[in-house]
Order: sequence, then C-alpha cells, then structure tokens
Amino acid sequence: MRGNFAKITKIVSAGVVAAGLLASASAKAAEDTIKVGILHSLSGTMAISETTLKDAMLMLIEQQNAKGGLLGKKLEAVVVDPASNWPLFAEKARELISKDKVAAVFGCWTSVSRKSVLPVFSELDNILFYPVQYEGEESERNVFYTGAAPNQQAIPAVDYLMSKDGGSVKRWVLEGTDYVYPRTTNKILEAYLKSKGVAAEDIMTNYTPFGFSDWQTEVSAIKKFGSAGKKTAVVSTVNGDANVPFYKELGNQGIKAEDIPVMAFSVGEEELAGLDTKPLVGHLAAWNYFESVSTPENKKFISDWHKFIKNNKRTTNDPMEAHYIGFNMWVKAVEKAGTTDPDKVIDAMVGVSVPNLTGGYSTMMPNHHITKPVLIGEIQANGQFETVSKTPGLVMGDEWSDYLPDSKDLISDWRAPLSCGNFNVKTGKCGGKGTN
Amino acid sequence: MSKTARVRTVSSTVRTPTSTFKGRQKPMKIFHAMGLTLLLLLTTLSASGAAEADLRAIIAKFATVTDFSETGAVVQELTATGDPAVERPLAALADGNLYIRTADSMVFVGKEGDENVQLFDPLSGEAAGEASEDDITKVSVNNTLRRAIRDALGTLTLGSKDPTVRIAAADTMFKTPDAANIGPLDAAIASESVASVKAVLEQARAASILVSDKPEADKLAAIALIGARGDRSAVSILTSVEANASGTVKDAATAAIAGINSSLALWDAGQNIWYGISLGSVLLLAAIGLAITFGVMGVINMAHGEMVMLGAYTTFVVQQVIRTSFPGLFDWSLIIALPLAFLVAAFVGLAIERGIIRFLYGRPLETLLATWGVSLILQQAVRTIFGPTNQEVGNPSWMSGSFDVGQLAVTWNRLWILVFALSVFGVLLYVMKRTSWGLRMRAVTANRRMAASMGIRTPWVDALTFALGSGIAGIAGVALSQIDNVSPNLGRGYIIDSFMVVVFGGVGNLWGALVGAFSLGIVNKFLEPYAGAVLGKIVVLVLIILFIQKRPRGLFALKGRAVEA
Repeated sequence: MRGNFAKITKIVSAGVVAAGLLASASAKAAEDTIKVGILHSLSGTMAISETTLKDAMLMLIEQQNAKGGLLGKKLEAVVVDPASNWPLFAEKARELISKDKVAAVFGCWTSVSRKSVLPVFSELDNILFYPVQYEGEESERNVFYTGAAPNQQAIPAVDYLMSKDGGSVKRWVLEGTDYVYPRTTNKILEAYLKSKGVAAEDIMTNYTPFGFSDWQTEVSAIKKFGSAGKKTAVVSTVNGDANVPFYKELGNQGIKAEDIPVMAFSVGEEELAGLDTKPLVGHLAAWNYFESVSTPENKKFISDWHKFIKNNKRTTNDPMEAHYIGFNMWVKAVEKAGTTDPDKVIDAMVGVSVPNLTGGYSTMMPNHHITKPVLIGEIQANGQFETVSKTPGLVMGDEWSDYLPDSKDLISDWRAPLSCGNFNVKTGKCGGKGTN
Repeated sequence: MSKTARVRTVSSTVRTPTSTFKGRQKPMKIFHAMGLTLLLLLTTLSASGAAEADLRAIIAKFATVTDFSETGAVVQELTATGDPAVERPLAALADGNLYIRTADSMVFVGKEGDENVQLFDPLSGEAAGEASEDDITKVSVNNTLRRAIRDALGTLTLGSKDPTVRIAAADTMFKTPDAANIGPLDAAIASESVASVKAVLEQARAASILVSDKPEADKLAAIALIGARGDRSAVSILTSVEANASGTVKDAATAAIAGINSSLALWDAGQNIWYGISLGSVLLLAAIGLAITFGVMGVINMAHGEMVMLGAYTTFVVQQVIRTSFPGLFDWSLIIALPLAFLVAAFVGLAIERGIIRFLYGRPLETLLATWGVSLILQQAVRTIFGPTNQEVGNPSWMSGSFDVGQLAVTWNRLWILVFALSVFGVLLYVMKRTSWGLRMRAVTANRRMAASMGIRTPWVDALTFALGSGIAGIAGVALSQIDNVSPNLGRGYIIDSFMVVVFGGVGNLWGALVGAFSLGIVNKFLEPYAGAVLGKIVVLVLIILFIQKRPRGLFALKGRAVEA
C-alpha cells in the first residue's frame, strides 16, 4: 500500500512539474530548435532490432534539416535508451516529454513497451509514432500506428496461402513466441480460418518461449502434422532471435518450402542477415515493404541509408519504411497546423498523405492507422525477398478485428464529433472492450 | 548406324533371286523398303531438328510471360514434349537461374559471378558470354512452380545414370502419385538393376496404382507394399486413399495406417531420447566451463555466458577472414576457430580474474554483482564493435543436413556437437585427474591453506583455473554458433541453464554436470511434445526446486572439506 501511495504522489508531482514546465516552455516561444524524441532500445535483447530504427530516424532528421528544417527551425533529435526494459520505457518517455519537451516521439517495438508508455502519452498529451506491425485491438488518440494491423499483414498472407498461387493450403500450423502479439494474431487467424471452413483438427497452435533455441521437437511435430495427405503451411509469429535456430532446424531436417512453406510475420531482411538462406529459398514473409522493391523512391532511400550508416551491406526493412512514412506525415501535419503543439498536430494528422517507398501514397486514417499495400515475398538465396504477390490496392489498417467477438462491433474515429477510439456501433456508445 | 546396316542387309538379299515369279516382285519391294527407310531417316533427322527448334520456340516464350500462371503454362508445354533436354532450362528456372537478356529477349541460363552474370545456352549449356545484372531480368518463380518443375523433372530423370538421382526421381513420383506414371515406372522397374532404387520405384508404382482405376486386388497389394515402407509419407499417401476409397481398399488402408502409426510411436519415443541427448550435449557444453569456475572454485561467474559469446564471435571473425582470403579453407573454419576461441576467452577470463575476482574471494554477493557488471560491459563492447545485428556464421558442409536412422532424422550438426561435448568432457576429466596441474588445482580447492603450505602458488592456480573454465566456455561458443544466433545476447540464453545444470548435478563434480545435463535434456524433451515448450520448461524448473529441497547438494554431492567454504 505504501508503495502504491508513493507511486501516486510521484506521478501527481511529476504531472504538476510537467505542467509547469510546459507552461514555461510555451512562455519562451523563441526556441531555435524543434526537438524530436527517439525512444528505441540501444541495449538489451531488443537492441538488435531497435538500434537500426534509431539510426533511420537520425538519418530522416538530418535530411529534413538539410532541406531547411521545419517551420524555419532546425530539428534536433533527443535519443534515450530504454534498454529493453518495459517500465523504463515509461520513465524515459516521461523524461523526453517533460524534461526535453519534445514535439513528438518516434519509438517502441514490442507491444508491451507500447502499452507501458500509453498512459504517459495521454497524460502529458504528446504524440507517439509506433512503427511495427502489431496485434491491433487498440486505438489511442496520442498514438499513430504506422506499422501493419493484422488485416494489413496476417489476413492477406493467409489468403495468399489459400489461393492457387500459394499452393491451396488446407492444413495450418500456427507457430508463435509466447506473448501478446502472436497470441492475439493467432486468435484472429484461427477465427478467420474457421470462417473459411477450415476444420479445427486442421489447425495446430504451438507457442515457444522468447529466445528459444532447441527447435528439434517442434520441427519434427510440424513434419508429422504435415504428413496427413493435405497441403500444409506454417504461419510463424516467432519473434526475434528465436527465428535463426528455427530456420536452421527447418533446413537441416529437410523441410522444403515446396512441401511445407513457412509464412513469417516477424522475419525481415535484418533477421535473415544472420543466416545462410540457401536452404530457405521459397519460405515466405508478409510485409508492407521489401528492400528488393524497385521503385525510384526506394532506390534513393537505400543509397541514402548506405551513405548515412557508412556500410553498403546494411539492409533496410519494413519498420524503417514505417518511420519514413510516419516522419514525413508528421512534418506535413506540422506544416499544415503551423505549430508543433501536439494537440493541434494530432488533429492535422488525419487525412495527411505522403509517398511510401513501394510506389504509392499512404494516408493517415481517422482511426490513426495508415493505408498500405501488402506484399508477399519469397526468401531468395541472397538474403533478400522477391515479391510474389501484391494486393491490387491499398489496404486500410483495421484496428478492431472483425473476426473476434469482443471487437467486431467496435470502430475508431478520432475526428471532431465522435473522437472515440472504441465506439460500439451496436450500443451507440463510446467505450467497448478489446481482447486485451 | 543401325539404319544403314539394315539397308545393307536388304540389298544383299537382292542378289539372291530364288524364283522368277517372286524375283520380279522383289526389286520393287526392295526399292519400296529402301525408300521407306530413307524417308524414315529423313523424318527422324528433321524431327530432331524440329524438336530442338520447337523446344527453343517454347523456351523463348519465357521472355513474354507476365505472371506465374503463364510461366506455369510454358513449363507444362516444355514437360509435355517429354524431351530430356528440357531438364537444363527447367532446373535453372527452379533455382532462379533463368534470365532474359533485355536487349534481344533471348533466354539464358545464368550463373552469378562476382560482378557479372555468366550466360549459358539453355539447351546445349554452351557458354554465351556474360552480362551485367542491369541488362538481364530473372524469370521469377514461386513455390507452386518449383513444385511443378520438381514433379516434372522426377519423371524426366527416371532414366538418369546416377542411382541417387533415380532414387530422388522415384521418391518424387511416390509423393505425387499419378495414374499416368504407371507405364514409365513399369519400364524403369524392368530395366533397374540396383535393388534399393528398384524398391523405391515399386513403391512409387504402388502409390500410382492407388490413384488409378486398376482392379481391387492390385490396390490391396499396393497398400501392403506402401504399408511396409512405414514412414510418414506412406501415412500421407494412405490417408488420402482412406478418404477417397471404399470397401476393402478403405479397410486395408485404415489397417495399414494403424500399423505404421504404432511403429512410428516407438520411433517417436526414440526420437525424444535422441533430442534429449542432443539438448543435453548443448547444456553440457555451456555448463562444463561453469562446472569448473563455479563448481570447483566456487566463483559465481555471471559473465560465463559472455565467454560463450566471445567464442562464437571468434568463429565469426575466423570465418570472415577465411571468406575473404582463403575461401578453400571454409570447411576447416571451425577447427581453426577452436584454439583461437579458447585463447581469446581464456585471456579475457584471466584478465577478469586478475583484475576483479581475486579481490573478491569469499564474498559471493560482490562477486555476483561484479561479474554481472562485467557481462554487461562485454555485451555492450561486442555490440559497439560488431553492431547489434546477428552475424552470419555458416555451417561447413559436414555440419549441414541430416541422415535417416530408420524413421529418425538425425541432423549432422547435432551429432557433431554431441561428439564434441563428450570429447571436451573427456579431455577435461583427464586434465583434472591425471595431470600434475589438475592435482594442484584439486589440492587448492580441497584445502587452500594446506596447499599453500605445500608450496603451491595458489593465486596462480586460481587464475589459470578460471582461465581454463573461461576457455572451455569459449570453445562451447564455437559449437553453439552452429545452432544459435551469433548476437551480443547469445550468452544470456545459456547462463540460467548452465547454473541449473551445475547445481542439479552437484557443485564441484564434473560427472555431476554430465549426468545433470543429459537428464535435464531428456526430461525436457519428453515433456515438450505433451506440455509444450513453455510449460515443459516450467515443469522442469519446479522439479529441480523440489529436488534441491530434498538434496541441497545436488545429484553427486562432494563429501569432505571442499564444500565447507
């Protein structure tokens, strides 16, 4: 109890201090830089993925400054290291907003880190750009989701596997790491597959811990499940480091993509960089961007990236594109609003449209998710993906899944009259529950 | 050759006129025959010419395809010719090596070189110059196409000279049964001389019979044959038969599946034991260095995992040097990396012992915190030098792939790691028990002051023992780089398991580490299929806690003064 009380007083006092600081900040308006917060882990388990995003943000800010900055001011990056420690994310977010007075924050990777900073952003009314594909079931006024929602990645991927081109898959293994994103995504996928007439005995779901490295039993279970005379595929939400031993075991046990393809949602160019991909040719991934996409925008982005990072071998990936889109949207919204005041920028964001790297435009929708194309790629021997399928148009991010009973009646619209992240169309009231 | 020979024999009969009546007709017939053979000769000649031209015409269509279904149509057209010559372009297409030159829309088989792509003729395989990657486009393939090509090549390569290719072809045909395959398979079985190939061919024929409209007796014989094969692909074939057939065939299929499944259940148990042993060998490798530093010296070394990581990064650096300077030595990279990894990790271990730990002997809490700090420093140092991303450590050819023991797939890398773990254990045991240095080491751990009075320089023994433990962690890193990520976090995944093994096996006892590692591995792998990986691990932890309650000193407790400290 004492601990709780101490926490509450701490939060309250921090809030008061923050309010005071904000007031003093607006008093002296003649600051010469606009600060942009970068909240990505530079140490700990997530550093492998998040360090790249920090570098990408620094590059984007440098480019914007070269173009003359924003509203006549230079941008200044404030980098903090939440060290893959979820509570520390909230502390560092508070530090960025209250102490450094940043205009917007770009950051977070795991869903649990995002959930931990949400209260900070709504309390201090700032903006978070979240660049990673996630499980959906959330829409916050202060957060802009530039990564894919499940319907922008998981559902089209499964559709592809069910199609003739994808091999008319009839039997499904849902293999995931044991945390919120795979569990929610698999729940959505299971409901979706059943709605398409897949029988319960044709779906096998399995979870493994973070950083799992001994995949022998799991891979042989997949082999066994796949020998029932029906075309089988694996949908993998295995996260981070566990992927490399998983793919090594697949290759060694001789599971070929022609027989049992593995469709991954968390394996990008970055993860493949640690692997010999020759035995993996043909395994699949679903993203909204691949480094191999050949558009002039992407070629320029890649060459800028190589120049910035001074290494021609560093790959680009989907969350980097998400930051590219998110940052450009923020710049445009700030120009539109004529101020960096988060409250005004949030209202200006909806409807902003900027080019993405795959040759089209992405638009910020009223539910704070964006429109993107969905690409399915096959792993190539050189560690890149080759696009084998692309949705004909842009797909709009759907925050509340239509396939889960708890969330199918919910919508989100942050524009003026409604201004609600979980509006229930059945009851006509704001405030419904998601699955989390 | 044979045709001209036949013409000659015909003309030789001309000169033996027998009866006038018949003789008058004979020359006519002869001319007729000669004309026919000539015609035949001409047509076959032009036919092969036309065939090649036809093939080229079909192959040229690859230049105009716009999507996978069109590519698939061209592939079908090519395989429909039944000409073995289409193997080259089709295999190249499946491997993603078929290119189109933008300038003249010609189709080539390409081989990627350092800068340019070398081009070869798709039919004859003759070199056709090279082109830069900007001037050619790859014909793209997907899994469905690759599978179609593999199935088509199966039928085409049935007559190959290499028995392994024939087995692969027969195996493909077994997995994709088709009534149309029975004819070619019959011919192949008749001319096959190698027994093992023949067996697979017969299984493939049986699988094809099951999808044909042959009489029931044939199908029952086929089911018996496939049932005898007894593996998962046999189950796969029989399951689809069971679903589509009726009457006695269905019953026979059901019975055969039940028979296979009961024998597979036994193999599954064997598989679990093997997986357990293999996991145990990884645990043993990770823990064996700790069994020395923690078990023998009593130092709680939280930086042990980082020694493993340093070993893995040494392997990476060695492979990097080999890749750029001596590509021929790649298969030796691990053997070259072993002594280097040992030296690097042992040197870092020595530095840690001399720099930090020697001031903290007898203060376990401080040691724990200090080595934890060291582990963070090492991780961040590696992250700064090599970057946060995974580094690619390749598997030498002798570490890749698997082989079958009955229905059990044994992967080479796991087998070698088991062999390696056991030999490291053996060498260490020898050093500890049979060398004078090992004797001194044991003397110091048993009674430090007595050892010192006997003239043993205990500080040096401490330092070298710690270096030995660290060095062994380093060579464990070489092995673990083959099955896990090489990233700065590598060590984190093993530190908990290592302590678990050492505590469970009994502190201060190498044999304890061995038995502890293998029993933990096997229990884990037996639980995993039933409880899942997450729950399995929890159950193992709970079991260990209960065990430690009962026997606080682990499986093999050291008796005497060693554990007093």
